[in-house]
Order: sequence, then structure tokens, then C-alpha cells
Amino acid sequence: MANTYTLIASNTVGASSVASVTFSSIPSTYTDLLIKLSTRGDRSAANAEYFVKFNTSSANFTYKLLQGNGTTAAASSSGSQGLAGVSDAATNTASTFANSEMYIPNYAGSSNKSFSIDSVMENNTGGTTPPIYAYLIAGLWSNSAAISTIEFYPESSTNWVQYSSFYLYGIKKS
Amino acid sequence: MAAGSTYTPLATTTLSSDQSSVTFSSISGSYTDFVLVAVAGITTQAGEAYQLRINADSGSNYSQTEMWGNGSTASSNRRTSQTYLFVGGSRVGSQLTLEDQFTLQFQNYSNATTYKSILMRQGAAATGTLAAIGLWRSTSAITSIVITPTNYNLKSGSTFTLYGIVAA
Repeated sequence: MANTYTLIASNTVGASSVASVTFSSIPSTYTDLLIKLSTRGDRSAANAEYFVKFNTSSANFTYKLLQGNGTTAAASSSGSQGLAGVSDAATNTASTFANSEMYIPNYAGSSNKSFSIDSVMENNTGGTTPPIYAYLIAGLWSNSAAISTIEFYPESSTNWVQYSSFYLYGIKKS
Repeated sequence: MAAGSTYTPLATTTLSSDQSSVTFSSISGSYTDFVLVAVAGITTQAGEAYQLRINADSGSNYSQTEMWGNGSTASSNRRTSQTYLFVGGSRVGSQLTLEDQFTLQFQNYSNATTYKSILMRQGAAATGTLAAIGLWRSTSAITSIVITPTNYNLKSGSTFTLYGIVAA
């Protein structure tokens, strides 16, 4: 059978909110990983950034961020955080979830791990209230270990709410 | 019944030594779109870029609109009547550590009636992230692509994988 996107694992948040979602025991048999996220958090704001850990570590992450809010584009960076996207949160339009995609090529290789993220919110309102963002992220985990665990957690010790979903796919090059 | 193929790997190259370019030729016309995924580096860091040519076309038939963030400044740019597409732009760095990642999506590449659009995402955490749309002004089906640095060589260990995507 031809190689495709192979679903490795999925997680949809149930009635009880959760502080994080983790994929563990990720097999090293694929070439790249792709994670698709549909998220909403319970932070008492219109949006919540969220972060990633690889192999239970939040260390050795850097990123460059390009963002837009419908009127202004801005750029920023960090040398200490694994920023992984932006999500709708408690005060934003009800029943609205952000969509994100994280691509990690050569996740099981012996080099540092580059990854890219597209993360978008939308609620069909004009202007900048409530704040809605589109994020483009170039990330790096400066660690040569194969990635076997991935954890996503919202900022400020808040939670993912019901129906937030996370899908982990493996892609093989042969 | 087994599901149909989505991303089907067509070819992959991992450089065993520094080299001036990487080429994918004889690309099958059996797919709807194809995607190139790469993690790469260039042997010298100063002001380099990855350049893309299609079907060995060196004419001024390429244009693109791009958006770029370098960690402090967001910018947008247009390039017209180019002799290649700039994949990642000229401000990408960290090539020495194979941290440049790019994904190129060639939409509807095998038809012989329309110009060809390419969605480009590129980034390296040390320098920035880019999103761009490129256009090759040719109605020819795409059968080959070549990636070349502006001045220097692709670094040993760089990987390039081509996937085909079928619409149905």
C-alpha cells in the first residue's frame, strides 16, 4: 500500500478541560510528523498562546514569529520558548476554534529539529476587537535527540476546553 | 477497502557531499499537486537564498509576492520578471547547521492550460519565517525542478523529498 499521511494518534478533549495534551511513544519509523490542531482555551481573554514541549522538555527552543491581526503585521522572536501557536479562548465568539498545523521534518534524525507552524484564529468581525491573530512561526529545538513525545499546553496555566482536537500524522518518504 | 493515496513519496535525496544544486526530473504527471519538503543548509552563510527553476526555464518568467518576519520587523515584497523563484528570500541564515526548512506546494502542476502557482513556506528560527506565492508564467506541465543556492553550495546532509498528491 502506498505511503500516505498515517494517523499515529488523536486526542479530543472531553467534558473536563485539560491542562495539556500529550502524544507519547511516537515511533521513529516515519520521516516527518504533522500535527493538526483545532483549539480553544479557557483563559479569561479572547485568545491564548500555547507552547510545545519535546520529550518533556521546554528548554532549548527558539522561534521567529510573523503575525497579523487584520490591520497590522508584526514580527517578534524568543530564545527561550517553544511557542506553538495561538488559540481562541474564553471571551471570544462561542463555538469558535483556532486551526493550526505544525510540521516537523526529520523528527527522528540526529540534527537539531526545525519546525514550522501556521496558526490562525477567525471570528468574522471587523477591526481588532476582539483581537484575532494569524501566526507564522519558524521554530527550532536545539537538541539532536529523536522526538518521541510532544506536549501542547496553553499559556498561564490555563486549559484546553471540550472539543479541542489534536491529530498526529506520520509521513514516510519511502 | 484501503484508502487511496494522499501524500505519495515520489523521490528523495539526501546529499552525501556539498553540491551546487539538487534536481528532480521526470516528475510523473499522474498526480494533481506535488509538494517538496526540505531541510537544508548552504555552505556559506552570507546573504544566501535558495532559488527554484522549473523545467530548466532560465527566462524572466517568474514572479512572487512574499511576507517575511525576522523577529523584529514584518515586511512584504514583490519580485517580478525574475529568472527564478526565491525560496526563502535573501535574508535567510543558519545555513551551516541545516536548519532551513521549506515546503513548496505546486498546485495543478501537470495541466497544459494554465500558468503554475507555487505556495511557499520557509523558515529558520535563527533568522525568520516567510510565506510566499510564486508564479511560473508557462502553461507547460512541470516535469522537473532544480534548487540552487545563490552563490555557494548546498550542504552535505541536506534532505529533499518530493510527494505526489492525488485529488481523487
